[in-house]
Amino acid sequence: MSSIIKVNNLSKQFNDIHAVNDLSFTVEEGDVYGFLGQNGAGKSTSIRMLLTLIKPTAGSITIFGKDLSSHRHDILKQVGAVIEKPDLYKYLSAYDNLAIFAKLSGIKADKKLLMEQLKMVGLDERAGSKVKTFSQGMKQRLGIAVALVHNPQLIILDEPTNGLDPQGIADMRNLILHLSRELGKTIVVSSHLLSEIELVANRMIIIHKGKKIVEGKVAELLDPSKSLVQIETTNDAEARQKLLQTKWAGLLHDNNEHLQLKMNKEDVPQLIAEMVLLQVPVLSVHPMHSLEDYFLSLTTQAGHVESFAN
Amino acid sequence: MWNLLQIELFKIFKKPRTYLAFAIIAAFIFLIQLGLLVNGKDWMKFMLGSLDETMNIDYSKLVNGYAVCFFVLNLLLVHVPILVALVAGDVVSGEASMGTLRLLAAKPVSRTQIILAKYLATAVYVFALLLWIAVISLVVSLAVFGENDLVVAKTNGLQLIEANDVLWRYFFAFGFAFIAMMVVAAISLLLSVLSENSIGPIVATVGIIIVCTLISEMEIPIYQKYIKPYLFTTYMLGWKGFFYIGSTEDGETIKGSIQYLPGILKSIAALLVYIVALVSASVFIFRKKDILS
Repeated sequence: MSSIIKVNNLSKQFNDIHAVNDLSFTVEEGDVYGFLGQNGAGKSTSIRMLLTLIKPTAGSITIFGKDLSSHRHDILKQVGAVIEKPDLYKYLSAYDNLAIFAKLSGIKADKKLLMEQLKMVGLDERAGSKVKTFSQGMKQRLGIAVALVHNPQLIILDEPTNGLDPQGIADMRNLILHLSRELGKTIVVSSHLLSEIELVANRMIIIHKGKKIVEGKVAELLDPSKSLVQIETTNDAEARQKLLQTKWAGLLHDNNEHLQLKMNKEDVPQLIAEMVLLQVPVLSVHPMHSLEDYFLSLTTQAGHVESFAN
Repeated sequence: MWNLLQIELFKIFKKPRTYLAFAIIAAFIFLIQLGLLVNGKDWMKFMLGSLDETMNIDYSKLVNGYAVCFFVLNLLLVHVPILVALVAGDVVSGEASMGTLRLLAAKPVSRTQIILAKYLATAVYVFALLLWIAVISLVVSLAVFGENDLVVAKTNGLQLIEANDVLWRYFFAFGFAFIAMMVVAAISLLLSVLSENSIGPIVATVGIIIVCTLISEMEIPIYQKYIKPYLFTTYMLGWKGFFYIGSTEDGETIKGSIQYLPGILKSIAALLVYIVALVSASVFIFRKKDILS
């Protein structure tokens, strides 16, 4: 398996703001690679740099083994993208929009191919309708058709479920899985929702304030046997000190605000029993199996790189 | 490049806004033609003033297709830049505000090509607009009012251009107007590259034209000496030069001649320099620009 995207020490600074800061990651062939971060984390800036819309302040991007800055034309021929909202020419029909972007992608698309593409996203019957009459979901589907019309090897989807209803979100998820499993495409999909990434991605990166927090296989990063357990006591600092003297010390999570341990949930009763023996009054035990809890626990820490999986 | 140009033309001519200019021009010219059809003689009497008392003038011949077209162009060409800005000011910023610029710039086409294709497509629009003006103001006027000699007012009096010496002058006048309008298009393009919304470049272009025209027209020596020679508006009305006919020392007009040809050529050169500088600046800025819209 070869690397499709290799990003090294990528940075982007807007005046005093470091939108992306020394970011490195690798996307392998066939990956559905989740790009996760809160709003304003730097996801869109990173993705725009992958698409040459924004020039990096520092760092390098290699796609298909070629340097992006010097092989832009060749690389972008094999890339399809939906960038944030599916904004298209509203005064043109779905068919005309698709024909324009097919041409811009360097392919000679005949009517049959364009109609097939529209059929794939369920818009063949609205081919002649102007985009301004479309719902958000229909626009998003047309955006997908535009991204796929030239049969790209790499597909980049920036927040593809934004503004979609539950059915639209499910359809988008199925489409991503279809593209990956049936057609062997490499896909980068960004989102601020971990639950979305978990359902489609095999590998992911979490970024926060422009920096990488964690990168790895989704199955390992979200391994339930390594849940984060938060314990509320009458005095968390004192409890932490006492636990540092026990066998649980190695499991203590580096979080100054809360007392958290990375541990197997089955060991929780034993931990509580021992805390009682240590005369630590336990007020509550909160297993952070919620993905959002996990995500927040990582992004609220100091932005150091941590491999949860290793 | 040809693909890009086709796409840009397709986009321009699919926009309802594009046809607004054609409709405005048609309505304006038809109004003038109607007015002159009804009150043409009175209008010509007013134009010639006291000459009526000293000369025997056949007004039915003076109010002809060429004269009507000349009158239309005098009134209209000052305002056509607004209609050019309406389209040219939107070509990049319109895409930025619509959100399609990021899709366009993420495709395997160079940013230089994108800007050049947009400018060339605007050139086709401007050409079509001037052709439309020519057809309605010249062809229709000739059909309605007939063909005859053209009387042109100059600062030192009137001059008569024979009917068979006029048509080629219109051909070159429209060619000159095309170059002048392409300067306006280049200004709009540059402002469009710098902006994220459509209205800003359109209003700014019109504002620049108004300010520069006012400065060009002001008879203040310091402006005349140091600023006027560098303003594009100084050269934009050079099309009129094609209707100033050369004459002999005896005052006889020379058929097929142009009185101030070097001045016209200088104006064309100045306008071309403006075009090259403005389009180059647009390309340079767009290549460097981070697309955040």
